Formats: sequence, C-alpha cells, structure tokens
Amino acid sequence: MFIINCPFCGERDHSEFKAGGEAHIERPKQPTELSDDEWAQYLFMRKNIKGIQFERWNHAHGCRKWFNMIRDTSNDEIKSIYKMGEKPPLK
Amino acid sequence: MSKNLRVKASRFIDETSRVSFKFNGKTYYGFKGDTLASALIANDVHLVGRSFKYHRPRGIMTAGSEEPNAIVQVNDNTAYTEPNVRATEIEIHDGLEASSQNCWPSVSFDIGGINNLLSPVLPAGFYYKTFMWPASFWEKYEYVIRHSAGLGKSPKVADPDIYDHRYIHCDVLVIGAGIAGIMAAKTAAKNNLKTLLLDEKTEIGGTTIYQNSDNFKIDNKISSDWLNNEINELKKIDNLEIKTRTSVAAYHGYNYLLARENLTDHLSKDKKKNKIRQRLLKIRAKKVVVATGSLERPLIFDNNDRPGIMLSSAVKKYTDYYGVICGKKNVFFTNNDSAYESAVSLFEKGIKVQAIIDIREKSDSSIVKQTEDLGIKIYWSHAVVDTHGYKKLKQISIMELSKDNKSVIGTKTNIDCDCLGMAGGWTPAVHLFTQSGGKLKFRDEDQVFIPNEYPSKQISIGSCNGDFELDKIIKNSSDSLKKFLEIDKTDYENLSVINSKEVNKKNIWLLPSDKIIGKTKPFVDYQNDATAKDIKLALREGFRSIEHVKRYTTTGMGTDQGKLGNMHALGIIADTTGVKMGEVGTTTFRPPYTPLTFGTIVGRNVGEYFDIFRRTPMNDWHVNSKAEFENVGQWKRAWYYPQNNETMHEAVQRESVAARVSAGILDASTLGKIDIQGSDASEFLNRVYTNAWSKLGVGKCRYGLMLNEDGMVYDDGVTTRLSENHYIMTTTTGGAANVMGKLEDYLQTEWPELDVYLTSVTDHYATASICGPNSKKILNKIIPNLDLSDEKFPHMSFKEAQIGKIKCRVMRISFTGEHSYEINVQASYGKSLWKQCIDAGKEFNITPYGTETMHLLRAEKGFIIVGQDTDGTMTPIDLQMDWIVSKKKYDFIGKRSLYRSDTIREDRKQLVGLVTDNPKEVLEEGAPIISKLNQNPVQMLGHVTSSYFSPNLNKSIALAVVRGGKNMMGKELFIPMEGRNINVTVTDPVFLDKENKRLNA
Repeated sequence: MFIINCPFCGERDHSEFKAGGEAHIERPKQPTELSDDEWAQYLFMRKNIKGIQFERWNHAHGCRKWFNMIRDTSNDEIKSIYKMGEKPPLK
Repeated sequence: MSKNLRVKASRFIDETSRVSFKFNGKTYYGFKGDTLASALIANDVHLVGRSFKYHRPRGIMTAGSEEPNAIVQVNDNTAYTEPNVRATEIEIHDGLEASSQNCWPSVSFDIGGINNLLSPVLPAGFYYKTFMWPASFWEKYEYVIRHSAGLGKSPKVADPDIYDHRYIHCDVLVIGAGIAGIMAAKTAAKNNLKTLLLDEKTEIGGTTIYQNSDNFKIDNKISSDWLNNEINELKKIDNLEIKTRTSVAAYHGYNYLLARENLTDHLSKDKKKNKIRQRLLKIRAKKVVVATGSLERPLIFDNNDRPGIMLSSAVKKYTDYYGVICGKKNVFFTNNDSAYESAVSLFEKGIKVQAIIDIREKSDSSIVKQTEDLGIKIYWSHAVVDTHGYKKLKQISIMELSKDNKSVIGTKTNIDCDCLGMAGGWTPAVHLFTQSGGKLKFRDEDQVFIPNEYPSKQISIGSCNGDFELDKIIKNSSDSLKKFLEIDKTDYENLSVINSKEVNKKNIWLLPSDKIIGKTKPFVDYQNDATAKDIKLALREGFRSIEHVKRYTTTGMGTDQGKLGNMHALGIIADTTGVKMGEVGTTTFRPPYTPLTFGTIVGRNVGEYFDIFRRTPMNDWHVNSKAEFENVGQWKRAWYYPQNNETMHEAVQRESVAARVSAGILDASTLGKIDIQGSDASEFLNRVYTNAWSKLGVGKCRYGLMLNEDGMVYDDGVTTRLSENHYIMTTTTGGAANVMGKLEDYLQTEWPELDVYLTSVTDHYATASICGPNSKKILNKIIPNLDLSDEKFPHMSFKEAQIGKIKCRVMRISFTGEHSYEINVQASYGKSLWKQCIDAGKEFNITPYGTETMHLLRAEKGFIIVGQDTDGTMTPIDLQMDWIVSKKKYDFIGKRSLYRSDTIREDRKQLVGLVTDNPKEVLEEGAPIISKLNQNPVQMLGHVTSSYFSPNLNKSIALAVVRGGKNMMGKELFIPMEGRNINVTVTDPVFLDKENKRLNA
C-alpha cells in the first residue's frame, strides 16, 4: 500500500504502478557469444533479498515510464528512486 | 414488558422510546440506545447461544466488539440475513429479528449438547487423528463433519443492500474516541491539522464517559463531566470529522487504513430503505494516533464459561451505561483493582455484591479500602475452582491458594450468585499497531505486550500503549502528542487528576484446581471451545511454536480472533515449557480487526460493474442480430449468431461453410493495434520479431511471431508498413496490453538509443474482415474505384482508400485461408462500415460469423492461436514454424534461447494434426494422448489443443501437442476417455488447401 514518488509525475498510490523485478540486469550485447550457463544466468537468476533490493518499476497507469527503486523489502521503506540509466545513489 | 431489570435512568438510554424486537421468535422490548445484549439482559435473557464444539450454553460475556459467545444470526431466512453478528454491537431497532446459532432444535434444548458429555473423547486434533483412516472414507466423513461445523448460516441469495467506498485524506487520523483519542483529536484539530476521529461505538467517550464516581476526578470535576465538556468543545472545531459506528479493519503500510462505517444497521426497516448500508473508508493519513484502548482479560478456571460469567468491566458498563442489572447476587473474581471499581459502582446503585475473590494476598489501594469500608466481603488469596448452574450461573466454589500458587488448599466454600465478574487484568489492543508492521515488547511487571518500534508516522496513546491509570493516560498522552504533532503545548499539561493507584500486582494464567486438569474445562478460547487442557495436550504432543499450537487447538481462530484468550494461551505455553513470555512471541495479528461483510469489501463493484467490459463499435448490431457473446480479455466478442433456434454447433457449421462457399464477415476490431513510428522502426521490428523486416516494402504486410527472452512464443500478428518509417502492428486480442508493455520496456530500458515511438491505437480503429470467394466482389461494390486485381492488390498488401467520405485502410490478409480483406476505419465509423459490408454482401449471402467459426476456419488451415495451441512452453520450432525464424539475423528477443540444451531436445512437445479413425468423432480439447494401451503407469505424450468437426472437410480435425510428434507422421495414437479409447492418426497440422490456392481464388 505504499506511495511511490514517480520521477516524472510525483507521488502516486502504488496501485498505479507495476513492479518489474530486479534492476541493473543488462541484456547481453552479444547473446550468441554466451555459453548456456552464462545465458541462463542472465535469463533466470534473480535476487530475492530480505532487506535492500534494487528494483525496476513502471508507472503503468500513469506516464508509463520505467524507473529504478531501492526498497527495503523487510518493511517496504523506499530508500531511493532514480531514472533509468542513472547511477544508483546507494551501493 | 415482562421484565425490566433496570437501575435509575442512564442518560445514554432513552426510556421514553420503547423498541420492540424478536429474539428466537419471541418478542421483547428495550429502549432506544440499547444493544441487543443490554436489552436481553434487561429482559433477564442470559442463554444466548451454544458453543462451537461442545454445544455448551453460553451467555453474554462482554459489552464490546471482542464478544466471543453472544454471536447471533440477524434476519434469518431473508436476503438480508447476516451470521455471527455480535449481540453486543447490534443496536436494537423496530423490526430487528435475531436468533441463536449453532443449536438444534433450540438454544434451550440442543441435541449437539451431547458433545459436552463426549468431550473426554473429543480432544484437540480429534478430527485430524480420527478421520485419517482409511483414507478412502474421507469423502463420507467430510459430509458429516461439514454439516456439524461452522457457526451461522450464510445467505442463500444475493445481498440486496447497497455498499459504498470512499477515499479520505487527512493530516491526522485518530483511531478510538476514548479519553486519549479525544485529547488527540482536539489537540490536532486545534493546531489546524485536518483531523479524522473514528470510533466503533455509537457514542464517543470510551469508558470514561460513564465513569461517574467521585474516585476519578480531572481538574476537580468528575471525570465523565470533564470529558463531556471536552467533547462539546471538540464538536465546535471546524477541521475535524467524527465518525462513530466506524471500525478500523486494517492498518497497512504507509498509513493506509481501511475502516467500515456502519450507516443503517441501527435503523428500522422503513428508515434504511434505499440508503447505503455500509461504507468502506480508504484512508490515507499523514499521521496516525492509535488510541484503541485495552481489552479486559478473563480468568482461566474450571467451567469459566457459564451464562452469567462475564467480564467485570462489562458488568460495570451494563450497569453504568445501559442501566441494566446483570445479576441480583454478584460476585467478582479478580487479580487486580479494577473489579473493585465495578463492585463499588454496583453497590452504590443498590445492587447486591456478595463477595470479591482476589488471588492476591492483599491490596493497599484506596479503592480496596473503600470497598472494605462498604462491608463487601473480600476473600484474599482465594480462587474460583468450579461453577454450577447449567443455563444460568447459580453458585461458585472457591478455595484458598497455596503459598506457591500452584495448588489450592483447605476446604471448598460455595457462594450463591447469578453473576460472576472476572477481572484478569488488561490487554492493550495492539492489533492495528502490529498490522501496520509495528514491533511489540513485553512488559514483565504487568505481563502486557506494548508498542515498541513504529514503522510509520504513528503513535499509540492511552491504554493501548500500556497506560492503564487515568493520571498516566493524561500525562503521557499529552507529552506524546506534543512531540508527535510538533507543537509547543497541549491543553492537558499540569491538570490535576485524582484516581486510585494500584500497588499490588499478581497474575496466574491458569488457575490451579482441586481436580486434575484432564477432568476440568478451563476455557481459553470460548468461541472455539479450546481449553487450557487442549493447549497442554498440544505441548505434550510436541508442538512448540505458538502458530502451530494455535492451529492445532484452534485457539484464537474464531470470528473474535481470540481477543480475550490469546494472551492466556501464550502464558500457559510459557509456564508449561519454562520459556519466558516475551520469547514465546505472539500469533500474527491479521486484518480485519472485526469481521467485514463481503458487500462492504466489493462496494459498488457488483453485477455488471464487477468487471470492466470493452465493446466494439459494431456491438449493437451483434446484439440486435441475437449473437451469443464470449469474453476475450475484457472484450465482449460475438461468439456465434444462432438462427431459428440453432444450437451452437449448428450455427458454427453453417457459418463455416458460408465463409468458404461465398462470403463471411467477422468483427475483428478487438485485435490489438500498435502504431509504430520513427527512423529506427524497421530495426526495432527486427529485434522484436523472429523474422526479418528491413526488406518489407512500403504497402506490404507480414506475419510476425514474437518470443519471450526464454524462446517461447509470446504473441503473433500481422504488421503493415504504411510508409518508410511508419508501421501498424496487430497483436492478439488478449495480448495487446502485455505486448505494448513489453515493447515499451525494451525501448526504454534496453534500447533507449532507438528512434521509435509507440502508440496504442486498439480503440481508435474498427475492423471488419470479409472473407470467402465473393469477398472481392463485395469490396468492389463498397470501394468501386480501388483496383482489386491480384497484380495491383496482391495478398499481404495494403491500400488506403475511401468508402464515400470515410477514409479507410484495407489489408489483404487472411486468417481463414480464404481470399479476404480487413477494412479498418476510425472507430466512430465502425457501425456504418459494418452495415455497408452487410448490405453490399446481401446478394452473396454474406454471413456474419463469430469467434468460434474463426477458430474452426483457422484450424482447418493449421494456423495457431497463441494461448490455445501454445501455453508458454512452445518455441516456434516446437510449432513446426521453423520458416519464420530468421537464420541471418544476429539477434532478436529470444533467439539465444532457441539453442539452449533444453530447447533443442528432439523429444519436446510439438504441434501436430490429429484425425480420428471415425471421422464423426470429435475429440475433447485438453484430452490426453498416449501411444500404448494397458500401460501402467500411463505415459502421457501430450494433449489436444484445438478440436472441431470441419464441415468443409466433412470430418473431425484436431491440433495437438505431442512429445516427439514431428517424427510421428502417420503413427496411430490413442485418446483414453472414460470407458473407451479413441484411435487417432498423426497428420500434418494443415488440413485444407495446403497449396494456398484459395487465397487467390
């Protein structure tokens, strides 16, 4: 039930948003060069942390823009929100 | 009125307005302001229900929403009926009918009472243990058990009431309008904060509002008078909204709360007509003040459940607030001073108090001295060991406690009484606080869990924060509010407060008895009939976690969620296992705090408003033509158009023949349409589809298959190049929104360098698809100046044209295998387009067909439907569509996955056609496929995905996915059905016109 501060629209109810899984997983530039294991690593492996998690979110019922969020999954506290392509403000 | 056990008039009860109501078919009278519980007590009705498992007679135990026993069925046998309503919360009104639950034939004589005698063989886990063997008998057991389980009766018909939802935003939400809540609301509102004050009761003021004794003074005024003043001032403040009869159900993260506002349940039938019954408030508060108070604890001893055994605070409330007399001879059983307040209050109203049984050795507080001075007999260091009386309490037995408090000594003393008030201390109502994610800490000195860590901007004040004495409540609340609301001062600093101070504390979770525990029934959870004996049994059997003990014994799992007894369950576990109370933890507090009706939760989203429908511009025509509809995503699509009482099968067969013999027309407006523009549009399509797009000429169309990154088919459709940098993509009807989302995702996150713009235009265009050998003639009638020759307008190409003044896009593409055209116009012209096609096609017997015929026609051609013939585990190779996967392209979404070790397996499930040996036999979709008969265990090779009787081929056809099916052409397989096997032969999935001659017919 959290409130998300969309970097393009401002604070909105989280029902307007769609979660998009772990952030900062770049699609390999040359997939054909990868072994099955390497490709599987990109394709399937995602972190599910109790604590600080880097996530992608989409303002699906708003501006439809994707952005990144750092969230503490243990209490849903949003630590930071930043645009796609920007460096995460936390490590 | 037969009886009216009332003391002098209470100001909360209007004795001038008599209200009649029915309970168990008998008519009674009460007064305006009474609850069902108080009115029943005034009529000397104490037997109200039967318990869940043992069917023991039960009465009214509390005066609030925590009531475990007095739960009733309201308005039985009507559409308005509601089960499990707490008699303590029902405000009586003319026409109210309530009845006891869980008893047959009547509450007074209940056959199920035999369970009480059988109780030695009905321990915790009885059902689990007994009905395990033989396993095959479960279905028989279940039938009987289901009938004896459950409390009230659910309504049999749709709820005719109106419910509503409302959003509220406020600066400060105050939950609970007791003295602390009123202080908070007034302080917040006076500091210009938009404030909302909620309380579940009819009146605000909590327990202080009827605290009329000289023993409690604030600012030299009797506490109730002082609070009344505060309330009068509070009501004058502008930026404050007060809602009574409003129970907060849930407290979620980020201060988002749900509350149920009860609007008409207290009104008579004629007054509630056409009004909203309940409203679900969805509240977003900047700050929340939780002032939910505390719940009095019962005491756990043998037979502590008889009608007439109540909470001490409830006895006081019935007397002081409702002015009714719970018993003529009262006894209190206590471990703290609060029973003495109740006793003094009763005594002062002339009600007889026989004795007070106190487990403590002594108490030196002023209230105790006052009680002694009044001549009320006090038994120190004593405990109640048994109670007597079946349908109403008659007598209690008490014994002296031993020094170590582990046993009782001496001889039994019997005391006659008809009401026993239990005072086992107080449990802060921390339910909402913990729901919000708050962490509790255990305070050893008085054995309570209190709020410790707050997860959002909130505070708990008053007794829900562990402050039980008036002076502490006022001082600590004032201090907390100052800090929390960031203000300099409150109205409540340096107020003089007089109240009795408790000095001696003692608690025993399970009181000792002169009998062995196996012979006693000390109830911990009254509603679910869970006793201390059951909890000990669970521990003996190895359960340790409180969550497990709860589920095994069902302690705390009733409609009251164990508001009274959960703490005792924890205490008994701690005492028995030798673990510290704070370390046992608590069970999880889950919403709702009190039960909600489904009606309140769904609000207005019922009937046709349950879900959103999307309808095409041609919808009226389909309705007028008596089409049957099917739901595709949110769309209502014409399914088939039955004529003259045709069955679905007959209609579909007729439509399918017509489309191939002459002409058919389909409303294809629901297909997803995405407008793609930009200098990199071609490159973008290259990356998202499996086939190549760079060389597609302007004005040409191409079928594309889209994969997920895991190589599985995701969606398909035809995309048309409208101009150099402008495409229009079509998607499946159900997949449109997801495809749009996926394309946007890649564009924004993986390929932001591409110059591409996407716009969803699904709703902007209406599409009529005309097909069949005469489709060309029909189109020629509508658009005479368009050259339809195969040279100028070949298959898989596009033209812009005009139908009269209406601009349209015409694509010559086909999903049926017939010569066909898709005509797209602006949505607002959709109906006109459709009518023109129908009129022009009349002479060719143009036949409107629905989705079912579309599915049949495409199956004849072996065209897949994503989501029917695929299920997210099919690659294009599995579908035998290798031709559409570009070998030359360096990359596209999902390409790398097509040669993972798993996706290149030869024995994957592959799409094939099936024909039945008996051409009239139509397979069931979803039917399993096997290769050997009489095999054990059966090896399932796959299943039928699409199956129809083809009128054009005059035989049954099917598509199926079969393990290794690609190499099985001509092989005989079997479809095992109930009692028989159907023989089928594997074929190519294309059944009709393999050479595609009909496309140019």
